Amino acid sequence: MEFFKIKRDIPFMSYGRYTTTISLVTFVLAVFFLATKGLNFGVDFTGGTVMEVHYAQPADLNKVREQLAGIDLKDAQVQNFGSSHDVLIQVPLKQNTSGAKLSENVMGKLREADAGVEMRRVEFVGPQVGKDLVDNGAMALLLVSLGIVGYLWLRFEWKFGLAAIIANLHDVVIILGFFAFFQWEFSLSVLAAVLAVLGYSVNESVVVFDRIRENFRKMRKTEVAEIIDNAITRTMSRTIITHASTQMMVTAMLFLGGETLHYFALALTIGILFSIYSSVLVASPLLMIFGVSREDFIKPEKTEAEEVLP
Amino acid sequence: MNHYPLWKYLLILAALVLGLIYTLPNFYGESPAVQVLPLRANLKADAALMTRVGEALKNAQLSPEAMSLDASSVKARFADTDSQLKAKDILHAQLGEDYVVALNLLPRSPQWLSSLNALPMYLGLDLRGGVHFLLQVDMKGALDKALESATGDMRSALREQNIPYAGITRDGNAITVRFRDAESRSKGEAEIKQRFSGLNLNDSDKSSEFHLLATLKPQEETHIQETAVQQNLITLRNRVNELGVAEPVIQQQGLDRIVVQLPGVQDTARAKDILGRTATLEVRLVDDERIMSAGAAAPFGTEMFKDRDGSTLLVKKAVLLTGERINDAQPGFDNRTNEAAVHINLDAVGARKFKEATRENVGKRMAIILFEKGKGEVVTAPVIREEIGGGRVQISGKMSSEEAKDTALLLRAGALAAPMEIVEERTVGPSLGADNIARGFHSTQIGFIAIAIFMMAYYLMFGGISVLALGANLLLLVALLSMLQATLTLPGMAGIALTLGMAIDSNVLINERIREELRNGVPPQTAIHAGYDNAFATILDSNITTLIAGIALFMFGSGPIRGFAVVLCLGIMTSMFSSVLVSRAMVNLIYGRKARLNKVAIG
Repeated sequence: MEFFKIKRDIPFMSYGRYTTTISLVTFVLAVFFLATKGLNFGVDFTGGTVMEVHYAQPADLNKVREQLAGIDLKDAQVQNFGSSHDVLIQVPLKQNTSGAKLSENVMGKLREADAGVEMRRVEFVGPQVGKDLVDNGAMALLLVSLGIVGYLWLRFEWKFGLAAIIANLHDVVIILGFFAFFQWEFSLSVLAAVLAVLGYSVNESVVVFDRIRENFRKMRKTEVAEIIDNAITRTMSRTIITHASTQMMVTAMLFLGGETLHYFALALTIGILFSIYSSVLVASPLLMIFGVSREDFIKPEKTEAEEVLP
Repeated sequence: MNHYPLWKYLLILAALVLGLIYTLPNFYGESPAVQVLPLRANLKADAALMTRVGEALKNAQLSPEAMSLDASSVKARFADTDSQLKAKDILHAQLGEDYVVALNLLPRSPQWLSSLNALPMYLGLDLRGGVHFLLQVDMKGALDKALESATGDMRSALREQNIPYAGITRDGNAITVRFRDAESRSKGEAEIKQRFSGLNLNDSDKSSEFHLLATLKPQEETHIQETAVQQNLITLRNRVNELGVAEPVIQQQGLDRIVVQLPGVQDTARAKDILGRTATLEVRLVDDERIMSAGAAAPFGTEMFKDRDGSTLLVKKAVLLTGERINDAQPGFDNRTNEAAVHINLDAVGARKFKEATRENVGKRMAIILFEKGKGEVVTAPVIREEIGGGRVQISGKMSSEEAKDTALLLRAGALAAPMEIVEERTVGPSLGADNIARGFHSTQIGFIAIAIFMMAYYLMFGGISVLALGANLLLLVALLSMLQATLTLPGMAGIALTLGMAIDSNVLINERIREELRNGVPPQTAIHAGYDNAFATILDSNITTLIAGIALFMFGSGPIRGFAVVLCLGIMTSMFSSVLVSRAMVNLIYGRKARLNKVAIG
């Protein structure tokens, strides 16, 4: 079986103007939604209390709200979670009450009405912790970006590192844009997924770049655009197959992994889809713009000898 | 050209066999068990204790599946939770307060595996259920306390040396000592400098008074804060012991935070109560000289506290001793009167301070005050009968043996060197934990099967080889996680699924390269060789970039995210091994020996 029997190279580089416009538009849209709607940060980042409780029979949400209002928690959000038996209660941070005590009060009140209610999960995050997590997340993002640029610079050339990281940060911004537009909850595990996507989708660019470098050595007399076209066309089969495989795993998580893994898998899905696009249609045109040339690789004979790996 | 030397095959085989052995324990599952841990240093978990536990269980007609002894505890494993709970009650009743009897889960793997140190993966709290707390140590509180005690010490030092001074006051982070003349100030300064090496001293003159300004040196501040965190860690350990948790984790995180993880704990209210007890202990003198009128404010230098019966006591502000000086406290009886008593053992500094304090105050009363959430309560206020040296103190009188036990517990569980507050809590009920495992496992399984079917349909024989290599990857990853006993969390399980999904990339790269070579008319053997060779540089590059992301996540991630990062990093290493070496070995074995190979099944 073979899906991709492409005889002639697809002239991707000649579409450069259109693809750059498309990515610019999506990027601007993502930034727009991030700026206007903002991310719906989960309790990990904002601080506050989240509780998941389980009832033996379908839960009456209004009754739960009344009970919570009875202990002065009118601003609590009450909603079903997964099934009608499960209830998610979210309480924002408060000035005076110690968050750690809050969950006990809530459970006490809920048990008064129905002794069978079961506590499934409690998460309380204090304000300082939330702030630290945001800081650490930003640090991780920065470090990953710098690390990748640095590595690609070493292995290829600075142009490649820069092109790859711009393409992939563009993916990250688009994922965040989706989360802002749909107001999906942005939690710690989503952040982990975003960073994993950054590492993963760089693979994509690396595979194409490897081919470009190889082509520069083999196809001595060809134009730069044609070299890139050839590299993309020849790696396309691998790109699609690999992403399809990874996506199979991620889809399984999306539907079977439960609520906690749902948004994690969702972020990965968006990331995987856009990384195909960006590595091919963003990173490579950027390389052209930065003016990549054969001389970047074939200067002295010595470097070439070093590049050869077992 | 597609041959591996024998040693390479053997190396791969050895890795796979090792992987299999260390993965095995995960298949046996876990059984309910009880764990008996001695609480005191002089009691040991030894063969004698094991026989004692065995006898006790036998008498109650409980037969454990297995019993084992390790460095710190005796463990007995049962077939069901009922016998486990029964065993816990019986052991608790028979062994008494000197031992903690905790519920636990123990692997059911056979003896030979356990003796190889092959254990199942260590499940995080979100998978096995339990409580996670992050406590913030109040560093300012620690400094306040140190300054307050320095103020008291300075006062007694100046008095001891007969250096006249007009007064000592503390204002924020500075202590001001007022003198009437320059001469006594220089004497005082010399004395204080000699005794308190951690203080910066500065002269300043205000109107007719000679002031000496003392502030903590920066390195002393750091030292105080470090010790405060250490002291709180020890105190928390003691408190958690009272809770009877099998494998608690109590660690410092960052500069001023402490993580407490209590697997399997369901009664979070009690756990919070015992941990969050912001109790600090102080020993001070009772001011019996001044008669206090009801409702009036406490006179200068004193404070009012209630004792357990509700009557008020006037207590001096100067602190003689804090709870951190207490090494041990045990309930017992007075040798002479046979009254219930509490025996306290102080450390060296505490012993010296206590000796001085009691020498100067024979006949007076001292109050032991327990501070909880900013409010003090007098636990007991015994009369000092004589100078007490050697650090062994006995408190007796007007106490039932029950009260003596309580007081000893409070004293022993110790005082916190600085107040603490819970800033993060994550509790997962056991049913959710089990659900999480099932979901994580299920989605990985389905994903794996889908990939396997697709790969075999698309790349035929080479697809099959890739799937086997992916299986080897999973085996090695699980084995590595079990060996390292790295904590597996739900995001960690997601990490396993994701690395499997990503690991197939290497094989796709290789297979596509081989196809390309074949398409260019290269003979099969050469095509296989070239395919593996050409793909390797790309595989290396793409894995290293993912590894960079994994390491950054590990460095900056917290809790469950760190679990994800660990799996991601380990998964990259195992996938490099299996997708390149293991799959190549299989290809070599299948195709490499054929001299004339005309066709390979790669689709």
